[in-house]
Amino acid sequence: MAGQRIEVTGRVQGVGFRPYVWRLARKAGLTGRVLNDAGGVRIEVWGSQAQLQDFADALQQDPPPLARIETLRSYRVTNPPPRDDFIIAQSGGGPVTTEITPDAATCPDCLREVFDPADRRYGYAFTNCTHCGPRLSIVEGIPYDRARTSMRGFAICADCLREYQDPQDRRFHAQPNACPACGPQVWLEDTSGRIACTDPIARAAKILGLGRIVAIKGIGGFHLACDAHNAAAVQTLRDRKNRVAKPLALIVRDLTQLDDICHLSDAEADLLKSPAAPIVLLQKRTDAALPGIAPGLDRIGVMLAHSPLHHLLLAQCRGPLVMTSGNPSGLPQVTDNADARTALAGIADAWLMHDRAIVNRLDDSIMRMDAHAASTLRRSRGLAPAPVYLHDAFAKAPPILAMGPTQKATFCLIRNGKAIPSEHVGDLNIAETYADFRNKITLFRDLYDLDPEVIAVDMHPDYLSARWGRQLARDTGARLIAVQHHHAHLASTLAEHQIAPEDARTVGVILDGTGMGTDCTIWGGEILVGDYGGFERRAHFQPIALPGGEAAVRAPWRNLVAHLRAAFGPEWRGHITGTPLAHRLAPRPTTVIDQMIEKGVNAPLASSAGRLFDAVAAALGIAFAEQHYEGQAAMELEALVEPELCATGYLIALSEAGILSWTPLWQALIADLIAGASPGAIATRFHLGLGDALVTTAAQVATSAGTNRIALSGGVMQNRFLHQHLWRGLGGLGFEVLSQRKIPANDGGISLGQAVVAAQSA
Amino acid sequence: MNKVDMTHGGGGRAMADLIRDLFQKHLSNPVLDRGDDAGLITVPGRRVVMSTDGHVIAPLFFPGGDIGALSVHGTVNDLAMMGAHPLYLTAGFILEEGFPLTDLERIVWSMANAAREADVQVISGDTKVVERGKGDGVFITTTGLGVVPKGVDLSVHNVQPGQSVLISGTMGDHGVAVLSKRENLRFETEILSDSAALHGLVADMLAAVPTLTMLRDPTRGGLAATLNEIATTAGVGIALDEAQIPIAPDVAAACELLGLDPLNTANEGKLIAICPSADAAALLDAMLLHPLGQNAAIIGEVTEDPAHMVQMTTAFGGTRIVDWLAGEQLPRIC
Repeated sequence: MAGQRIEVTGRVQGVGFRPYVWRLARKAGLTGRVLNDAGGVRIEVWGSQAQLQDFADALQQDPPPLARIETLRSYRVTNPPPRDDFIIAQSGGGPVTTEITPDAATCPDCLREVFDPADRRYGYAFTNCTHCGPRLSIVEGIPYDRARTSMRGFAICADCLREYQDPQDRRFHAQPNACPACGPQVWLEDTSGRIACTDPIARAAKILGLGRIVAIKGIGGFHLACDAHNAAAVQTLRDRKNRVAKPLALIVRDLTQLDDICHLSDAEADLLKSPAAPIVLLQKRTDAALPGIAPGLDRIGVMLAHSPLHHLLLAQCRGPLVMTSGNPSGLPQVTDNADARTALAGIADAWLMHDRAIVNRLDDSIMRMDAHAASTLRRSRGLAPAPVYLHDAFAKAPPILAMGPTQKATFCLIRNGKAIPSEHVGDLNIAETYADFRNKITLFRDLYDLDPEVIAVDMHPDYLSARWGRQLARDTGARLIAVQHHHAHLASTLAEHQIAPEDARTVGVILDGTGMGTDCTIWGGEILVGDYGGFERRAHFQPIALPGGEAAVRAPWRNLVAHLRAAFGPEWRGHITGTPLAHRLAPRPTTVIDQMIEKGVNAPLASSAGRLFDAVAAALGIAFAEQHYEGQAAMELEALVEPELCATGYLIALSEAGILSWTPLWQALIADLIAGASPGAIATRFHLGLGDALVTTAAQVATSAGTNRIALSGGVMQNRFLHQHLWRGLGGLGFEVLSQRKIPANDGGISLGQAVVAAQSA
Repeated sequence: MNKVDMTHGGGGRAMADLIRDLFQKHLSNPVLDRGDDAGLITVPGRRVVMSTDGHVIAPLFFPGGDIGALSVHGTVNDLAMMGAHPLYLTAGFILEEGFPLTDLERIVWSMANAAREADVQVISGDTKVVERGKGDGVFITTTGLGVVPKGVDLSVHNVQPGQSVLISGTMGDHGVAVLSKRENLRFETEILSDSAALHGLVADMLAAVPTLTMLRDPTRGGLAATLNEIATTAGVGIALDEAQIPIAPDVAAACELLGLDPLNTANEGKLIAICPSADAAALLDAMLLHPLGQNAAIIGEVTEDPAHMVQMTTAFGGTRIVDWLAGEQLPRIC
């Protein structure tokens, strides 16, 4: 007889890990106990050496779907077995922190019950168990139990309670456990009130089939849905929502519904089927009949049904549905029934509602496969609030709150050496979103019992996140640290790859729209050398005026004028004579733009990568007058790239001063336009040229800086062609290339970077 | 003698000549004419307000005004925002060597006109000259003194949630007029500065609505900065309705082109008024009847908001934060 204590860390609480251990231990004939403690799960077992070995092997083989074992350490214990059975013991020893887990898509077992006429949960839209269901979306406070979720209003029935208390049941300690007898209910409304019907979900499916728009209360917020194959319905949805061109996501019942829509790799299928059930960006089939879903783009966003409500609805619909966030364009997704009635009036024809409140708004996460691995473009439902495990050296970091950027806002905590980035919050310039941001910070501080000693903010004085951070620092006495925007992108990449601080010197190729530089000018195309603690700017894009500031971001033709002027001087018009470009620019007030640039009237210089893409896109007539959504010009430009069209790109060279300048690029591009080259060829040459120049520059900087590691980050890395070009090019030269994977390369990753920089500086 | 030279600030005869032949000629009144170091006035047990304001502007002459009129309006308006009746001004001139006296005379003449129209007297002055290159033509600092009528108590500290927020007219005119003149930007129509003295309007408003809570003129930083200042000082929030904020079409078009926000752009003849909501309609009526309040509007209300934010419902039904920028408008879009 031998004894063993096994300590398991990771996501092992609230995911059915103890019952799993209990079942294994009893099967193996061991005695002892399992319990949650401050570090995770503690197992104490006694049995023969062989039994213990079998148990240890089995433990890691088939853990519950939502569990994630970070570390598993075994210690021999010498005392004799205290009991002759195996039990799940009360949590003990120190403050227990039951980690809040992300919401998870309906598991196969629950799905079977929902569609089994003999099951008591047949047709029940809120079926869930320890392996699936709502989590962060319904949490109001800690500790995580039913009384502190939006399930508190539903008194659990005897049947559900029995499941909840039975360690052998997969609903053991499933806080949102419910059934038709005791749980939330679904109904359908129109503007005149509830629609009397026996099956509101079937009725909603019927209404959708008629080409109508239905607001559907999902896990993290309301969606607006319509028949994806009905072009008129899609157009109506766009008109009513005032969403001109931004792509719309689809939801499908199963993968077979994707056959005639898009190409799907095994890895992409796995992503779609993962418990997070994110929107996955997939290559659209050229013959896909999806008018108006993703105009001008070659990819579409698709997610699988991820709640019983979605499964039941889609089972009764002809095909895929458009499933876009329930809000007038630009505003946060509504979560509250009353708000949905008012905010979506005039957009939706009917509302499929229920009475389980959404406490935390969670947008749909967005992922894709990129350079042989999954990457995250928006981290929210199903992914947050999973922690990011940092290098062990961060175990000593003080409690930190990092306030993030101002658009694509997230914040991030560091506590006990782990980083906890919040879900995507959105654009803080929208008052509702800013209020949500402040509330979420309050909730997370409560959930994680965080009293920050350090608050990290961006250097931009007008970021609302920074403004609130300064206020919090004043109120709490926390130390304030300002972190440069692009340094935060670099540090974010280092953090998620658990790079050791003492050996973190890395080249950062950081490409994005705009961020405040240390010299108080605007940066955005930066080759840095740095680590968590600091950085140097080794090379950067040629600074070009942004005539009209933010107006230049919305209207790409302004950047085009600025680029042409920078390349050809005040007489730039003579250099584009006869091109379609000259005609397009003719009716625009370009002389005022000239004057603004010449006199520096609201025309700050920016070394922005994003604006370079906008200017090149505008030169091809793409999103020329206005971008209807962020990144539209660059995304449509990338969609034109056909690598087989050309072998070489435009020549872009690094000057002695470490500046990538654009004059040769524009000379060649205009020559191509005059020669009548196709937009596809020009887009390809631009991407190849920029990619090659960045590979050369990054390699050069890495060699001179004496590091072999290169990190790629910033929102422009969402350009898959460019990202893969850099990843392959630099990897081919033997560099260790780090890309952002679990954390977005866009500003959604800024808060993590700020947090680790603050940890290193604190 | 047709240019300012260093002697004009030297304290000798040249300076006395300048004062007599130029300043006194235009600004003449009994107190000033006494030629004392300070203007002597009698304060018969009244509440007196004083305010001072330095005026530096390029260009010195702009459509709808010049630095002379501005130096009167600016200080008079500071007094008027206290509900005061402005009485006296003093003026300090810093002149750059080489500045044409004809231009100086135009400025002083304009100042005198503005003072006459505002019914205030410039009762003391000072002149200094700086070497060429060390000034920007002319800087004028004016100090004003006024009396506050009995019962009038305007203060930002009286602002309460539920009260109404009004403005007296279109936003951004002055800022755009000055910028377009300075940078020689041409628009279809010439945009004029709104530079004006507001105490007449204020007197009418106080007569109609004695419960008026506070006034503030949204000068540098525009409506956005001034409302944020009010919200922070009073510890409240402010909710605006974008559709109600008057902006002249030519100003809106110019701002669009220049990428400026009219709400962050300066005004020199407009005021923000806050009053109990029950009196808002009466206050608006009084404003509309005055020539300087023809485009007045109720633009929002004071709210309870622990974060002291200014928010604005936009045309799309969303609510945007009306931010308090640190300095110039720097892009925040990523």
